[in-house]
Amino acid sequence: MSVEPNQPLPEETPRRIWFRLVPLAIALIIGGFLFAGLSLRPKEIPSVLIGKDVPIFDLPALPGRPNGLKSADLKGQVSLINVFASWCVSCRAEHPLFMKLKAQNIVPVHGLSYKDEGPAAMGWLQRYGDPYDRVGADLTGRVGIDWGVYGVPETFLINAEGRIVCKHIGPVMDRDLQEKLLPAIAALKQGGTAKC
Amino acid sequence: MIAELGHYALVLALSVAIIQATVPLIGAWRGDPGWIGLAKPSAIIQCLLVTVAFAALMHAYITSDFSVLNVATNSHSAKPLLYKISGVWGNHEGSLLLWLLILVLFGAAVAVFGGNLPAPFRARVLSVQAMIGVGFLCFVLFTSNPFERLLPAPIDGSGLNPLLQDPGLAFHPPFLYLGYVGFSMAFSFAVAALIEGRVDAAWARWVRPWTLAAWCFLTTGIAMGSWWAYYELGWGGWWFWDPVENASFMPWLAGTALLHSSIVVEKRDSLKNWTVLLAILTFSLSLLGTFLVRSGVLTSVHAFATDPARGIFILAFLIAVIAGSLTLYAFRAPAIKGGGLFAPISREGGLVLNNLLLSTACATVLLGTLYPLFLDALTGEKITVGPPYFNATFGPLMVPVFLAMAFGPMLHWKRGDLQGAMQRLKFAVSASVVALFATLIFAYDGPWLAIPGIAIGVWMIAAALEEAAYRIRLFRVPVTESLRRLWRSPRSAWGTTFAHAGAGMVIIGIVASSAWQVEKLQIMKPGESVSVGGYDFTFEGAAPIPGPNYSAVRGVFQISRDGVDIAVLQPESRTYQDPPMDTTEAAIRTSWGGDLYAVIGDPTGDGSWSTRFYNKPMIHWIWMGALIMVFGGLVSLSDRRHRVGAPVRGKAAKVAAQSKSPSTPVVAK
Amino acid sequence: MLIPFLRHLITVFFVLGLAGSAGSAGAVAVDRPMDDPALEARARAIHKQLRCLVCQNQSIEDSNASLARDLRILVRDRIAMGDSDDATIRYIVERYGDWVLLRPPVKAGTILLWLGPVLFLALAVMLIIVWYRRQKAPIAAINTPLDEVEQARLKAIMGNEDRV
Repeated sequence: MSVEPNQPLPEETPRRIWFRLVPLAIALIIGGFLFAGLSLRPKEIPSVLIGKDVPIFDLPALPGRPNGLKSADLKGQVSLINVFASWCVSCRAEHPLFMKLKAQNIVPVHGLSYKDEGPAAMGWLQRYGDPYDRVGADLTGRVGIDWGVYGVPETFLINAEGRIVCKHIGPVMDRDLQEKLLPAIAALKQGGTAKC
Repeated sequence: MIAELGHYALVLALSVAIIQATVPLIGAWRGDPGWIGLAKPSAIIQCLLVTVAFAALMHAYITSDFSVLNVATNSHSAKPLLYKISGVWGNHEGSLLLWLLILVLFGAAVAVFGGNLPAPFRARVLSVQAMIGVGFLCFVLFTSNPFERLLPAPIDGSGLNPLLQDPGLAFHPPFLYLGYVGFSMAFSFAVAALIEGRVDAAWARWVRPWTLAAWCFLTTGIAMGSWWAYYELGWGGWWFWDPVENASFMPWLAGTALLHSSIVVEKRDSLKNWTVLLAILTFSLSLLGTFLVRSGVLTSVHAFATDPARGIFILAFLIAVIAGSLTLYAFRAPAIKGGGLFAPISREGGLVLNNLLLSTACATVLLGTLYPLFLDALTGEKITVGPPYFNATFGPLMVPVFLAMAFGPMLHWKRGDLQGAMQRLKFAVSASVVALFATLIFAYDGPWLAIPGIAIGVWMIAAALEEAAYRIRLFRVPVTESLRRLWRSPRSAWGTTFAHAGAGMVIIGIVASSAWQVEKLQIMKPGESVSVGGYDFTFEGAAPIPGPNYSAVRGVFQISRDGVDIAVLQPESRTYQDPPMDTTEAAIRTSWGGDLYAVIGDPTGDGSWSTRFYNKPMIHWIWMGALIMVFGGLVSLSDRRHRVGAPVRGKAAKVAAQSKSPSTPVVAK
Repeated sequence: MLIPFLRHLITVFFVLGLAGSAGSAGAVAVDRPMDDPALEARARAIHKQLRCLVCQNQSIEDSNASLARDLRILVRDRIAMGDSDDATIRYIVERYGDWVLLRPPVKAGTILLWLGPVLFLALAVMLIIVWYRRQKAPIAAINTPLDEVEQARLKAIMGNEDRV
């Protein structure tokens, strides 16, 4: 039983049209977010350690190489910590950059040898060059976990007070160095603060 | 040469699709039969052209033509023929071509079998279908050309992911696409109806078989995917609430709601506005799923194409389709205001409740899936929305669906009698009470939620059976009469019975397998044995075995119960070379009681191995139930009224034309 | 292909490409269950609540990735040291953030997430009630006698009927 014979349907009030536009509006909002999502990087998990003191750790040196790495080594001057491993393919991509950095002597770079056999790590450093000041050998990956490492390579910038200023996930490319790390390092060295 | 032919066929198909998308639409608007008539042949030609393209790609795969880039990167000459064929859709470009092929097949099916549709309406449907086709053809041709050449051709291809070399997975994507794309028919019908400004019982009757078919395909596809995850990934899980899974589950939820609301349109000429909206949303969610899988906006989906150009293209297309149809909806929906009144307690009321809860559940899944993206875009904060969220929100929303499911078919149209329905369901009531206490006795030590869970599953099955018994008046009339009724009662009613009972089985499978699963992880030496839920697993040893294109370690486990040997399980841990990858091959013994599941892991170096065993009671009920649901869908699809067609529009249209909007039905403005 | 194999691919990609094939990193600790079944059960329950970082969409319980294994072992160690479940989870969250929690914590940013389903349901119920009331209105109209205007319209309709 159809009840509303010719009784002309209540005229479309503007309110009702707005009401029907609601699904469209929702769809467009979601579309906007999806568009924004295209330029986001969902795989990068920001570190929760930014602004905090470096974790407390004390790692032995690689066999046949002096200078292990411990928390206290990171106090007193601005430094970079590079998490690397001989089995890590993309570490090779960023390595020449660290070699250059060492040659320029801008900032000390320390290495965290992540879950790697000593000889393998040493062989790798001999082959591709050793840009590191100190290298701590994290055999079990426990210290890596304390640093919130979840992939290799990762690079941390530490200020003179021994606090983590920023974390770079993935290989450091020339652009990252020029636009992100070097300006921050310069600012920190002048006693300022930096973010990146 | 053949690859170029395929490419050329796609270009031709695009021009045909452009014609099909415009000319018949204008023809229907102007009432020009010649232009209207163009819809049918162009749909068929478009289908033939895309078929040629697909065949060309398949030819390249079967003959291992590595001068085609797509073949070189995704195939290998040493692969078995089956996986050369399934390799066609095992990659972004090829799977898109499959999407397109299914789209045009559906279009051609409407052109050929849609003889009972009024010509202008069919022309509009086919035009809308062609618009979708234009979008996807452009997508393929401009961003994802599968026929690109690679010169010089490599000696051999880089191979197909070993996980894809599995019969279960070979046919999982085609079923999913048949489902996704099948909903495009409901969409095209809805848009055509909006253009005409008319939705009536005949419309519902045309839309229903397409929706039903799509739903059956999608259900099968999802079930296959979860079954594959269960036996191949080696963790015994079968559903992870992963964004990619949700991407296929949302259209399923919306499509299930659509199936139910279209019944109301067909039988009672009500809920029309909503049903049209639901048809649009269902397909929109299918497109959204395609976007999520291919754009990389959510973390799950990184392994597929993550080319930003593709993401932008498909997003633009997605927004064009959805915004276009919803704008049309906003302005044309008033023209299709509907009719039949009903009391809250009635068959219609039940179906409204179903829609209410399924849409809320669907919105919840959407929210949970996209929320990390929302938050990241707004605040940069990253969070995870994992299974605990969905279990806590989706689960409770579905409980009333399951409870009410039993009543729906027992209520009369217009005004139902809940008490009467309850009385007619007394067998189901007692069955579920018995189940409640039986479970309580059997599993008095919890988990507590499992007890009502099992009772709900039993309630659904018993109610479905009791409704069928009521329908054929079992035991109230002579058996011969019941048999006659059994044969004569509409197939769609039987479809309901099977689908609802199947859903009950799924619930029982889920509840039982998760509540009473026993899992054991341990390090074992050969000769050791461990008890898993009453079964003893004895490790007899592990040895390397060669495979055709992998090497493997196979563990041998003797299973016994009370000292009696019942089975030997031989799980493997495989290492493939092309491409290099480790896979786990769980060994599963299925029996009526449930599955025994064994996995062998890594050696520890001192002669022992890490091993994992599960005893999962009744887990296969999940997939059996899903199969029965699909069977119910097929039974319903075979209903007589879908076959005899619907020449009913004559009368319905008259009523509609008279009682409805000021606009005349054929010419919109 | 679309369903979980992609997730698996991600795992594989990371295992091979970034997180390193476990074989070469010599110091592979074995994922050995704890001796006390009660403690082991607690550890496993925690494993299921933590998201694997490199495979992105599995719990660390369900992953072959080496970092997932390290975290499983870490959780067992914390439990063995006498940490409570909450303290163990907090230990991981302090290093990796809320991101690792498969169940998002209720906080300012997730209020809408958790309230969403309830809001949806309330909204849907409201819409249906409004819709139903509006549907019902004409019934009331039927039950009252026609006024003059309606009488006239009825006549017009009946007249139309003849013409159709």
